[in-house]
Amino acid sequence: MDIFLELVSILSATLRISTPLIFASMAGLFAERSGTIDFSLEGKMLAAAFVAASSAYVFGSEWYGLLAAILCCIALSMLHGFASVTYKGDQVVSCVAINIMMIGLTAALAAAWFKKAGVTPTLNDQQRFHEISFPFVEQISNIPILGIIYSELISGHHIFIYLAYISVPIVYWIVFKTSFGLQLRAVGENPSAVDTAGISVSLLRYKALAINGILIAFAGTYLSTAVLSHFSREMSAGRGYLALAALIFGKWRPKGALIACLIFAFTDALQMRLQGVAILGIGVIPVQFIQAIPYVLTVVLLAGFVGKAVAPSAIGQPYIKER
Amino acid sequence: MVSQPILELQDINKSFGHVQANKNISITVNKGDIHGIVGENGAGKSTLMSIVFGYYQADSGIIKINGKQIEIKSPHQSILCGIGMVHQHFMLVENFTVLENIILGFEGEFVFGKKLKEAKRNLEELCESYNLKVDLDATISDLSVGYRQRVEILKALYRKAEILILDEPTGVLTPQEVDELFKILRSLNDEGKTIILITHKLNEIIALTNKVTVMRQGKIAGEKFTQKTSTEELAEMMVGRSVLLRVEKKEANIGDVILEVRNISVKDDLDVERVKNVSFEIKGGEILGLAGVTGNGQTELLEALTGIRGIESGEIKLEGNTISGKNIFLNPRDLREKEIAHVPEDRQRMGLVTEFNASENTIFGYHHKRPFSNSSILKRSNIYDHTIKIMKEYDVRPQSPFLKTSNFSGGNQQKIILSRELSTDPKVLIIGQPTRGVDIGAIEFIHQRIIDMREKGVAILLVSVELEEILSLSDRIVVMYDGSLVGERTNQDVTDKEIGLLMAGITN
Amino acid sequence: MIKAVDKTKVPWWVSNVIVPLANLILALIVSGIFIFIAGENPYQAFKLILYGSFGYIEGFGYTLYYATNFIFTGLAFAIAFHCRLFNIGGEGQAYIGGLGVFLVAFYLDFLPIPLLIFLSILGALLFGAIWGLIPGYLQAKRGSHVVITTIMFNFIASAVMVFLLVNIIRDKAQMGPHTEILNKDAWLIMFREIASFFGYKIGYSPLNISFLLAIISSLFVWFFIWHTKWGYEMRAVGYNSNAAIYAGISPNKNIILAMLLSGALAGLLGVNEILGVHHKIIVNFPAGYGFTGIAVALMGRNHPVGVFFAAVLFGILYQGGSEVTFDMPNITRFMFVAVQGVIILFSGALENLFRPQIEHFFVKKLDLGLKT
Repeated sequence: MDIFLELVSILSATLRISTPLIFASMAGLFAERSGTIDFSLEGKMLAAAFVAASSAYVFGSEWYGLLAAILCCIALSMLHGFASVTYKGDQVVSCVAINIMMIGLTAALAAAWFKKAGVTPTLNDQQRFHEISFPFVEQISNIPILGIIYSELISGHHIFIYLAYISVPIVYWIVFKTSFGLQLRAVGENPSAVDTAGISVSLLRYKALAINGILIAFAGTYLSTAVLSHFSREMSAGRGYLALAALIFGKWRPKGALIACLIFAFTDALQMRLQGVAILGIGVIPVQFIQAIPYVLTVVLLAGFVGKAVAPSAIGQPYIKER
Repeated sequence: MVSQPILELQDINKSFGHVQANKNISITVNKGDIHGIVGENGAGKSTLMSIVFGYYQADSGIIKINGKQIEIKSPHQSILCGIGMVHQHFMLVENFTVLENIILGFEGEFVFGKKLKEAKRNLEELCESYNLKVDLDATISDLSVGYRQRVEILKALYRKAEILILDEPTGVLTPQEVDELFKILRSLNDEGKTIILITHKLNEIIALTNKVTVMRQGKIAGEKFTQKTSTEELAEMMVGRSVLLRVEKKEANIGDVILEVRNISVKDDLDVERVKNVSFEIKGGEILGLAGVTGNGQTELLEALTGIRGIESGEIKLEGNTISGKNIFLNPRDLREKEIAHVPEDRQRMGLVTEFNASENTIFGYHHKRPFSNSSILKRSNIYDHTIKIMKEYDVRPQSPFLKTSNFSGGNQQKIILSRELSTDPKVLIIGQPTRGVDIGAIEFIHQRIIDMREKGVAILLVSVELEEILSLSDRIVVMYDGSLVGERTNQDVTDKEIGLLMAGITN
Repeated sequence: MIKAVDKTKVPWWVSNVIVPLANLILALIVSGIFIFIAGENPYQAFKLILYGSFGYIEGFGYTLYYATNFIFTGLAFAIAFHCRLFNIGGEGQAYIGGLGVFLVAFYLDFLPIPLLIFLSILGALLFGAIWGLIPGYLQAKRGSHVVITTIMFNFIASAVMVFLLVNIIRDKAQMGPHTEILNKDAWLIMFREIASFFGYKIGYSPLNISFLLAIISSLFVWFFIWHTKWGYEMRAVGYNSNAAIYAGISPNKNIILAMLLSGALAGLLGVNEILGVHHKIIVNFPAGYGFTGIAVALMGRNHPVGVFFAAVLFGILYQGGSEVTFDMPNITRFMFVAVQGVIILFSGALENLFRPQIEHFFVKKLDLGLKT
């Protein structure tokens, strides 16, 4: 019974930890499927977290926070788009620039505006998101096994978690079952085919980046207005890169990325639980080893040892008409 | 019934920089015609059709569809005007299905599902009515080249194209696939579609078209009814009667066989066989000219001879020793050691690093040897001296060793490459398109240098699409067509017409 | 639309000095806007930056100390860039390089000092090189994109080092996760020691003779890239791998070599931080220097001379920046991280934004000058 409770607790943590990763990897999926490299998920997530927490504080509602974060991230994605699509500059450099700018600017403005050493003011109950309790939780929780699953695992999460998991099939549907998705995937594989079919390559890529901005905003907002009630500097803690790793691991497909996010989140949840706990026959696994698992897995995948991760063919190459 | 013009081009002009690709082109295509546009490389055919398709915009001129003047500013507009283009390089998404590729951009609706089924049904009916059998659910990467082309044709038909333009459609097809394609085109024509066929292959023109326009060097060279002309006449118009620049050359002083090629087959990166069972030999002091239009396997042949690409079967021997074969493959560095010099076809892609300055390019490929480097350190003063010397010798302008190579004109870039390869005193010289994009003055100079090598007893393979060049320099001539060598002639009394026919695939 | 200028007429100093300078000024203007939004006076801030980095000798010492680190990581990024590789792994390579330094200096401390220092430097080179070699190998042989693998290796390096610091090589007598202090003999000579030798008394700054090592490394990189056949081949592969194959140059070998050298150079940062400043390994001593190196290299157009000047510039930003954060309560050091990002944006992704206009202007100006 104890083990079961432990498991539920770990799974519940997994759901929570995976949420920003899922939003971020879905964001990355749109950009990269359309042929634009997006290593700047980290910076955008951070920007979203800062903007959301500050706006929620200043305007008094978490929804303003979300809205502001969305606008901010769309702007950053458009900047990246301008540098990559219209101006045809180096996409990797543009991403690195955005990441570093945001790491710096968010912390700097947090300190400058709120005078609290890189932390925004704590949001009160009116200004942050709350967990959602499903109906009849109290009654059902007494039922053995199912009750606990309902009350701990399914009910009681922030709306973001539910949104994240719903977003996956929606993203799948958009990308694989609509004409927009078809064009999106085509422009990431062979932009000439799209151009000669009479569709604007640039417009498609900008649209993809706009969606990218919206999704990543959710990831960042979740961190600072739901999980915690404030922004603190560098709070994204590498999640943007992990999400990218998940995307690659999932071979740029929503389901694959979801599974990868779950694996990464699970190892994180497990690691927290297992700190200091000796495992039969192995002893205590150093926490750093567990923390390194997602990154090692990504390298292994990229090295082609777990099947091939084939990126969209036209990724990273600005579209220039051939003479 | 009198045929109505469906497509009229009037005085179309198009330049890219200072290269004028189309000069005052006027063509009328009638509805229901199969109209051929024929010409050599660089004649301007593809550019013209790209303008019709809206990929490029003409600098000046008028386009009329069904008598109405139209400005075609994008592919989307040309599609709406009923123009469908089957490109030379397919515009397909590899990991999509046939169905997905065809409906791309013309999905008809935002969401798939019911509409997709409807589209599939419509397509199946379309395939039936035109007798074009393709598995709509197959992935493009699984399809052969012939089937991929059908997908391109279906794309055009699905978008209600009335005019179908095909740009060099048979370059990548097997003979059987070519027959299949012709059947399809004829049946489409029977259904009332107008077809424009761009090609350099004269037998296709004769077999398929009822009218043919010949282009040469950006201009119209002539227009004929197919039934009233012959391949000879067309070949003459294609190749032109400009003055042949025959270089002064002495009697050949031919030595032993130096390079021997036996039954080699070479595949390209897409695993298509591009060189089919080719054999020839070159003796010292002779120039073997390999004529042929681009895309008939010359590139792969050159790569095989110079260690850049392996061969599937056969053997290449240098002075009796195998340099490429079953168990042996010598890379470019080894071949340079063996004194095989290579002036590549594509100077910017392969022969030079355009970002380097001139002096760095004059040692490219030889940089690791003395006197250019000594125990891995580059000897800048030796390199400088060498560069100045050959710049003077080959009249490279400007004589600036430290100028970035991209700032030199095409002719001077070519001279840099030539001077580099020729000054090593090789035994074998393999040259591809030596005067492509080179001005007249430099052409004469380059030709003379090649003749000088011949006098020195070097075995030379000259691959060129310029017939004049082949005829001017070669001692023997072979023609490459569709991966095989067709017709060997000694360069005495052979006419350009004769070679032109061979280049166009006409063998008697 | 500005008419395209004849590229041969553009003097090299316009392309390589004026344009980067213009990009820098643009970046500084945007940074000024950031400072303004943060509620401080940008002009004041810039004055403070200059004072903090040049105004007093210790500040200048700090400036050059930072520059030392930036030279190492800047050279690392630059050398890989010549082979068209984006090595984002400078942080991790520096971290692991530091491990190499420490292991030699700590466990071999019975050796005579000059030999010990020399071997410690080798240790930095070797360990850094390994950390760069693996992503390089994976790129060459398996096509794994070096940008992603090097980012991953940064995280893995962090995990490995924290593990080692907490569990294996920790100073058991202390609470914090760091190693024991190195034997005093192994400490590099500090700048103030040299100054006092000549009779000048100056306050503490971390500047030490590894600054000279940085200069030597710059010379090495310059020589390697433009005066050896290896550098020549590496550049050929970076510009045009098809042509490289034609010339008998192996792209794979050069990719691996480039990453190896790049990692080694980043590893030298460990010499400065561990032998010269902290005399022990502390957690996260690379402290972002690896990422700044990217900005330094891009600003310096991947040339050792440019890297040097850019490194000093960033040293000014860092040191002057601390002066600003000291005097202006609204500005924290993170503002200068943001400034770095802006510089990367304008020197990297948008570097040619105003190039046509600038080149056109200068070519015209010079032409006009000649006429009179």
